[in-house]
Amino acid sequence: MRLSKSWIIASKDFKTFRKKRTIIYSLVVVPLIIAVLIPAVIEYAGHKSGGTGIPAASLLILLPAFAFFYVILAAYLPTPIASYTIVGEKVEKSLEPLLATPTTDSEILLGKGIAAFLPPIGAVLGGSAVFMTLMDLATRSTLRGYYFPNWGTGIELFLLAPLAALLSVQVNVIVSSRMSDVRASQQLGALTILPFAGLYVAGELKIVDLGSTSNLLIIAAALLVVDVLLFFVSRATFRREEILTKWK
Amino acid sequence: MTHPAPAIEAEGLTKKFGDLTAVDGVTLRVEEGEVFGFLGPNGAGKTTTVRMLCCLISKTSGEARIGGYQVGNEEDSLKIRKLIGFVPDNVGLYDGLSAYDNLDFYGKLYDCTEQQRKENIQRFLTMLGLWEKKDVAAGTFSKGMKQKLAIARSLIHDPQILFMDEPTVNLDPESSKTVRDFILELKKEKRTIFLNTHNLDEAQRICDRIAILNTKLMAIGTPAELERSVSGRKTVIQLEQVNDAVLVALRKLPIGNLVVDGSKLTIDVKDPEKENAAIVDAVVRAGGHLQSVTIVGSTLEDAYLKLVREAK
Repeated sequence: MRLSKSWIIASKDFKTFRKKRTIIYSLVVVPLIIAVLIPAVIEYAGHKSGGTGIPAASLLILLPAFAFFYVILAAYLPTPIASYTIVGEKVEKSLEPLLATPTTDSEILLGKGIAAFLPPIGAVLGGSAVFMTLMDLATRSTLRGYYFPNWGTGIELFLLAPLAALLSVQVNVIVSSRMSDVRASQQLGALTILPFAGLYVAGELKIVDLGSTSNLLIIAAALLVVDVLLFFVSRATFRREEILTKWK
Repeated sequence: MTHPAPAIEAEGLTKKFGDLTAVDGVTLRVEEGEVFGFLGPNGAGKTTTVRMLCCLISKTSGEARIGGYQVGNEEDSLKIRKLIGFVPDNVGLYDGLSAYDNLDFYGKLYDCTEQQRKENIQRFLTMLGLWEKKDVAAGTFSKGMKQKLAIARSLIHDPQILFMDEPTVNLDPESSKTVRDFILELKKEKRTIFLNTHNLDEAQRICDRIAILNTKLMAIGTPAELERSVSGRKTVIQLEQVNDAVLVALRKLPIGNLVVDGSKLTIDVKDPEKENAAIVDAVVRAGGHLQSVTIVGSTLEDAYLKLVREAK
């Protein structure tokens, strides 16, 4: 496998995305809204409760759960891109000439994967940096110090988020192979966030402690297993002959 | 004496999709520098054959070689794809990218250097009259311009073998002519062109040899050979007026099918040089006033229709 070929394909997709407003909005606006909105709500809630702020004990439950939003985002953001990059090519009927070039199926799949993986990860890291800064400013006095960054968030951003994004990319490859409409594919692909949203709710309900490093590592290990399994399924789906003769 | 290896060679090439045989035992040989027409009705297996030859889909059985490389061999597949250019029936351009960027992307995938890409993009866009539009998004192009751009894309790495799947379908006459003229230019450059087409006139004008496919290969030869392969010719008699006496007189003769179209009679004959004297004599004796007598040979269309109908 030649990475250079995959990078050429990914670079072409990046160039295409720059002209797709919906993709730009989802990559920039959503992470920024979360980054600004949640610290603003915390700040506002602090002022409303007579300036004493939200109790530190409550913040220590809320903050890791809020940070987990970025894992959910990592699972969501690849959806519009992966759907576009594969179903979009189907709609434009540009897969056949692409498949006729001297590239292997794996190189094309990897290129598509990189294109759908890197921008969301960039958006997650950028958005979370803003979020952590603002949140630290909003909670510094109550917590008597800065909560972010910490090991748990590090695991979330550098381990869980990439694994979640990878899972989303692969689910979307599989979904896209059966769909011929970008929106329908996006709607179905977006269901990838459900298990992560479930974890978030479990964190809020104190069923799972999302601030626990060991819990996060267990979740990461489970995600890795699912990712490996999905890798084989998506690779089996993305075969030249399948694409040309069976993809709808 | 040894013959040079053909550019494209297939022997018993077969493709089955489940129980359906899409291509059945196709054997052909296309020489270097030849424009080879591949004719057949919808669903005849033309696109499937091209996809097999371009290593896009696997063959069920048989053998094929492109430029000496084995179709079906995984290592050779990449070499074949590098050796050939392919114009699919759907242009499949990136609408959001400019004409230049579309070609540049493919040039990179074919490992062309930056200099080669620049030169080839300029060369082919200029040849096809698109250089002025190089920075315009492909999505805004007309069908004809898109088709030309797809042809330029297939040439970006300067391949010697080109597969074209219906390159003039849905194009207006002017665009079709531009594409046909361009194919003839490529022929002058001694490129081998495998042309899938429905258009008999196009095939006749630009192809050195033609194969007619209807799942199985029905015939192969030069356009003239295929025309001759349909037995019999036609005598067309233009009369002032057709009357019953003329028709009765003609039906007494040992002639083939007789078609009356207004004051024109078209008669199937085996050997017009021998039979026409008796036909003309019968018409005149029956009171017919001759205006003209013409001998018409079989056309490629006759050959095509005969072969396709026979296959049904």
